Parts: sequence; structure tokens; C-alpha cells
Amino acid sequence: MSWAWFHRFGSPPYFYAVAGKLAPWFGWIAAVLIPIGLYGGLVMAPADHVQSDVFRIIYVHVPTAYLSLMTYTWMAIAAAVGLIWRIKVAHAVAAACAPAGALFTATALITGMIWGQPTWEPRIIFQTLLLFFFLGYLALRSAIDDQSRADRSSAVLAIVGVVNVPIIHYSVIWWNSLHQPPTLMRFDKPAMPMSMLWPLLVMILAYTCYFVAVMLWRARAEVLRRDRGGSWVRELLANPGAK
Amino acid sequence: MNEFLSMSGYAAHVWSSYVIALGGLIVNVILARRTLRQAREEARRRLAMEKSL
Repeated sequence: MSWAWFHRFGSPPYFYAVAGKLAPWFGWIAAVLIPIGLYGGLVMAPADHVQSDVFRIIYVHVPTAYLSLMTYTWMAIAAAVGLIWRIKVAHAVAAACAPAGALFTATALITGMIWGQPTWEPRIIFQTLLLFFFLGYLALRSAIDDQSRADRSSAVLAIVGVVNVPIIHYSVIWWNSLHQPPTLMRFDKPAMPMSMLWPLLVMILAYTCYFVAVMLWRARAEVLRRDRGGSWVRELLANPGAK
Repeated sequence: MNEFLSMSGYAAHVWSSYVIALGGLIVNVILARRTLRQAREEARRRLAMEKSL
């Protein structure tokens, strides 16, 4: 298997150009899917026979909760790649994941507390810990002036914090708590009828595309900021219409 | 329409969740786009400064 593609993505000008082409596509797909998912969740899905219409919070709560875990996992993988292979673009990707991850985590926490009760049960405790890992990662990066030291230190924090991801997922199985067991990520079929399930799947896909678009925009900014004195940046910006 | 907006008496719960979630998405897009624009402007400024020296 050739690893040429992997090394090509490690090149800042290549990454900057490819990310610039991909980001709008993901952004537009998210912009189309979000209204479809919202219409399906708010209008077409029937009310739950136990929770009535309040269950509709699931269409924003579950995608943000799922994305908070996926974003952290991506951030840790990118940080590990940057640390092991010393690829600067990987550190830029990890740094670009953190703001969106903090947003998803905070939204999942707030919507979860609106839906249920703001009780300190295991899922909330570990999800709050995840928010502190995202915020700690951002604070650590901004506190260290030397770029390579900031990359290394924040990468170690990101990798250590990934232990929290499976704990969050399994917390509702391991401990008896207020939070219901997994609805989607089960070994058997999802515990929802298709009329309620499809808007949720559309929203998860929409949020995933949204995350990729925002992460690529931020990663491009980070790559440009790091390499602003580089020859490729000079050539790029020599063109007044360069994006 | 009123029935839809009232969400069976859970309007405050449902609509506040959607406002927070969607508001967060919009703010995050604006901040990400602004970060990219500022990085480009900063690089252009640096380039212009180097040329003037």
C-alpha cells in the first residue's frame, strides 16, 4: 500500500488547496440536510407515546453529543499523528477540531439538561470533563508562545483525554443513571421506529458535514498562520483574488 | 399552528434547545470564516511590510 497520499496531505500548500476545495461542498451539504432533518424531526416524526413532543430535543441533542465524541477522537488522532510523525498540518487539524468540539459538547450538555434534569449523574460528569479537556487544550495552546512546544504539550493532553470517550459512551450501561441507554449505537437494531429514526440520521449526517466544513476552514487559517512567511504563501497571496 | 408551537406544553424546552443548538452552529461558522479571513489579511500585511522594507 502506497503512503504517498498521506505524505501529500502533510504538505501545507497541498492541504490548504484541497481543504479550500472540499470545505464549501461539506458546508453546502450540511446547509441542505439541516432543514430536511429539522422538518422531519419537528413536523413529520410522530410524538413519543411516553415523552410526548419534548422528545424532539433528541434531533439536536444526539447529533451534538455524537459529534462531541467524534470530534475529540479526531482531535486525538490528529494530535498523535502530529506527535509521532512530526507533521505540522496534523497539529493544525487537531487545533481546528477543538473550538467546534467545545461547542458540540456544551450544546449537548445544555440541551440534555433542558430535556432531563440537571443532576450530576455519570454521563453529565464525564461529558463535563470532556468540555474541560477541549477548553484545557485550547488554553494550553494559547498559553505557550513556542509553536512546537505548544503542539507537543497540547497533543499529549489530547491523547490522555481520549480515555474519557469510551467512558462517556458506556457510562449509561455501566451505571444506573437518569440517562436512557444507547438508542442508536447498539449491537441489535436501533430502539426507534423508522418514522422517528430517519430525521435523526439526517441530522447526524448534517452535523458531521458541518463539522468537516468548519474544521477545514479553521485548519486552513491555522496552516496559513504558521506558514505566513513561507514561499508558497507569498506565491498564493501574490494573486489578489486568492482564497 | 398554535398546537405545533406549543409542543404539547413543552414549547420552552423544545424551542430553547433548538435556538441554542442552531445559534451555536451559526456563531461557529461566523467565527471560523472570520478566523480564516484574519489569517489571510495578516499574511498579506506581513508580505506588504516585507516588500516595503
